Amino acid sequence: MTVFTRALDDPACADPAEAGGKAAGLAGLARAGLPVSAGFVVTVPAHRAFVAARGTVPAAVADAVRQSYERLGGGKDVAVAVRSSGTTEDGTTASLAGRFDTWLDVTGAEAVLDHVRRCWTGTARSPGTGMGVVVQRMVRARAAGVMFTVSPVTGDRSRIVVEAGWGLGLAVVGGEITPDRWTVDKVGLTVVERVAGDKRIEYRRGHLAVAVTGARRERLCLSDDEVLELAALGKRVEREEGRAQDVEFAFGDDGLVLLQRRPETVWSNRARPPRFAAGQGVTAWIGAAVTAGPTQQSPGGLT
Amino acid sequence: MAERRFPSFHEIAPPPGGEGWAAMYPYYLVPDAETRQPEDGRLWFADTMHWSRGCYPLGSVVAEAAYLGAGQNSTRIFALPSSLGLDLRVQHGYVYIAPVPVTDPDEIARRAEHFQTRAGYYYQHWDELYDRWKAKVGAVVDDMRQVSFPPLPELEPMEVVTEARGRSTGWDVIAAYRRLIDDLFLVWQHHFEFLNLGYGGYIAFFQFCKQAFPEIGEQRIARMVAGIDVLAFRPDDELRDLAALAVELGVDRGFDEALVADAPQKVFDALGGTEEGRRWLAAYDAAKDPWFHYFAEYGFGHDQDTWIGNPAIPLAGIAGYAERLRAGQDIRRPVARLRAERDEIVAEHRALLTPDEAAQFDELLALARRVFPYIEEHNIHVEHWAHAVLWRKLWELGDFLVAAGFARERDDLFFLNRFELEAVLHDVVQSWAIGVPPRGAGRWAAEVGRRRGIVAALRAAPPQPAYGLPPDEVTDPFAIMNYGITTERVEAWLGGTGGGDDAAVSGIGGSPGVAQGTVRLLRDERELGDVRPGEILVCPITAPSWGPALSTVAGVITDIGGMMSHAAIVCREYGLPAVVGTGFATVRLRTGDEVRLDGTTGEVTVLRAAVPGPGAGSAPAA
Repeated sequence: MTVFTRALDDPACADPAEAGGKAAGLAGLARAGLPVSAGFVVTVPAHRAFVAARGTVPAAVADAVRQSYERLGGGKDVAVAVRSSGTTEDGTTASLAGRFDTWLDVTGAEAVLDHVRRCWTGTARSPGTGMGVVVQRMVRARAAGVMFTVSPVTGDRSRIVVEAGWGLGLAVVGGEITPDRWTVDKVGLTVVERVAGDKRIEYRRGHLAVAVTGARRERLCLSDDEVLELAALGKRVEREEGRAQDVEFAFGDDGLVLLQRRPETVWSNRARPPRFAAGQGVTAWIGAAVTAGPTQQSPGGLT
Repeated sequence: MAERRFPSFHEIAPPPGGEGWAAMYPYYLVPDAETRQPEDGRLWFADTMHWSRGCYPLGSVVAEAAYLGAGQNSTRIFALPSSLGLDLRVQHGYVYIAPVPVTDPDEIARRAEHFQTRAGYYYQHWDELYDRWKAKVGAVVDDMRQVSFPPLPELEPMEVVTEARGRSTGWDVIAAYRRLIDDLFLVWQHHFEFLNLGYGGYIAFFQFCKQAFPEIGEQRIARMVAGIDVLAFRPDDELRDLAALAVELGVDRGFDEALVADAPQKVFDALGGTEEGRRWLAAYDAAKDPWFHYFAEYGFGHDQDTWIGNPAIPLAGIAGYAERLRAGQDIRRPVARLRAERDEIVAEHRALLTPDEAAQFDELLALARRVFPYIEEHNIHVEHWAHAVLWRKLWELGDFLVAAGFARERDDLFFLNRFELEAVLHDVVQSWAIGVPPRGAGRWAAEVGRRRGIVAALRAAPPQPAYGLPPDEVTDPFAIMNYGITTERVEAWLGGTGGGDDAAVSGIGGSPGVAQGTVRLLRDERELGDVRPGEILVCPITAPSWGPALSTVAGVITDIGGMMSHAAIVCREYGLPAVVGTGFATVRLRTGDEVRLDGTTGEVTVLRAAVPGPGAGSAPAA
């Protein structure tokens, strides 16, 4: 029997063909015991049923979505985020962040269904893409942002870089503000650099931005402890997945939650030749190392 | 735009009273009009790491020995591809060195082939050769110990006759002096037999890490390589053990601060009066030879104290540790924790590498760790043990000259250079042999008197950080790593010689952490007793043996030194924030300034300047 919705921690969600890439990533986080917001997935087979029904939502799918939504709120209408989860997104070859849709602060079963439909009829589709939809309880984020488990600037794998702003992560992801930035040493888990940004707006709910005023604009939105808690999770996710990750997160009323993760694709796919030519032996390596040259990297010379 | 360069040696006059300084040193150690062109064309930087207060005429022999050893090992023995060692000058009493590069690519390639064979042999047989090195150096130091300068007798001992020696003990004085100097040169050749190869292993690992982890800190790399139980920490560990024993035996109250400073012998006498005290003294005696043949500073001058020569130094250290023990602190170095942390750091970095990288990482780390103990330990053998004997024997020679009626003061000989001293010994022995007064006693008495004034004037003025023409980019890996001479440092010095902004001080982050406090400016280790807990120590260079003092200050700022300078190594070991290689800290900061230093970025910020005093930078704290 075809299953149209699945809880995020359902093992079947780990399969991108079943749940889409974003959902599979979230399911992986949930399975690893990492904090994710409770939610469910409207499956890729549900999308296929929608397509087969020529763009109308089959009753069985609509019922499944209503039931899952009701269960998520414990009978109450809770605000949720509705996000597309395509089978071709979040792969290891290219970051497709932003190519798919997200709606925040959607409330009520019919509104949720409406947004599921929008995900399925959205314009960013390539033909043949299966489309799951993730529905998660809204996180009332005090601050939120993005974490890379590799330095996006230098490609240093021993660095974790966090960017965050006030409120929901939209302003950071959409490049609407200059976020605060922290660089964390992945090995020792210490903050090695913090740069306050200019956080001129914040999204407290939905898509409504409000101005950030006064000292809050330039005050760091996360404490070192929060940054390190996040970085520790980033390190865990990277180990679970076996490669560098790009993680969206939020600090809400219940603390830190991870909103999604994707494999980092720029540095992770780049060749990493070691400093010295293989097979020459250590003496030749040392000879090369101690020979001064204009392009030489030397101790003390770099900051 | 004006050429960016430091002054020429020939442009700067000595400080008032220092005129005539150059004639005190061998001609080939001082700048000369005939060699002005090549001198002006190179970058000379002050080696205040080893001669922070300049070198006396006789002391310049150590600079000669050191840089001869460096040069011939780099250039003639192991054929480092692009580094021909360091040229040496004495200017206004301070030691300056200039890296001599090879720039022709063909020549570099030819040398690289020789390096491959020659250095390869040493890397391949490292452990065995290092064991042999220790035996060789130990034998040289023992030979130095055999040297003696007994007073000249009226008649030669009877054995000279009955053993048919046919040579006089008077002659032996000249021979003994030459032997001492020969041994000094020899021990420095051995010093550099391994040093640059050791650094080479480290530099290769360093460069690997910088490529694999572009943002990695140098301190992190050093920690992956560092030995935990190396000889360098042994003297300080002995102090900790003796403090623990004193507390255990209940004799630790005997180290009264004032008594320790003024009359250490009374401390020993008092301890000798009880059974427990005698047990402690036995432990002290067992530790002191060889571990307290250890310079409080660096061992590059005759006027520096060893712990064994001035027991007030180790006793003060022991008293400080005993106080911390009584306060319930654990004073043992956390060796197991340090080792576990090091292993974890290595494992985590390795786990981030590709398999190809990991293979290279393993090979380079193994090599770096094999060669690194030499870098950490060699000072004990050469700078401490050999130099302790050298200076002790020279002081004995000073006594000999006084006894012979030639010198007035026992330190007169330090105002003669090594050739002048040999001439004096010939004069003394020749005149003694035939029973006539020496020719030069009066002449040298006047000259030494004149030179005392010159040396005092030179030492009162701080050295220029550099002379000559800097390269566009400093690329010599040894100058960079050991002395902290980087392109950025040179730029900062060039900016500084304009004499404008006297507040800016920055250097290399030598040991991580941020510290804030009141500056204590030290130009002499004898002022270590003035240091108060929580102060920021500002000095030309720290020595590893400043352990006890370092355990009370909040941070350290030095004029010279790179990441692998001994100061940086020891500060990391003590968990003390340090900024090294600032060039100007001792000139620009004064006792009483409130500063903050960042041992990661190398920045020093003056928060509040001390009330300016009349003195040149060492006004007492307000």
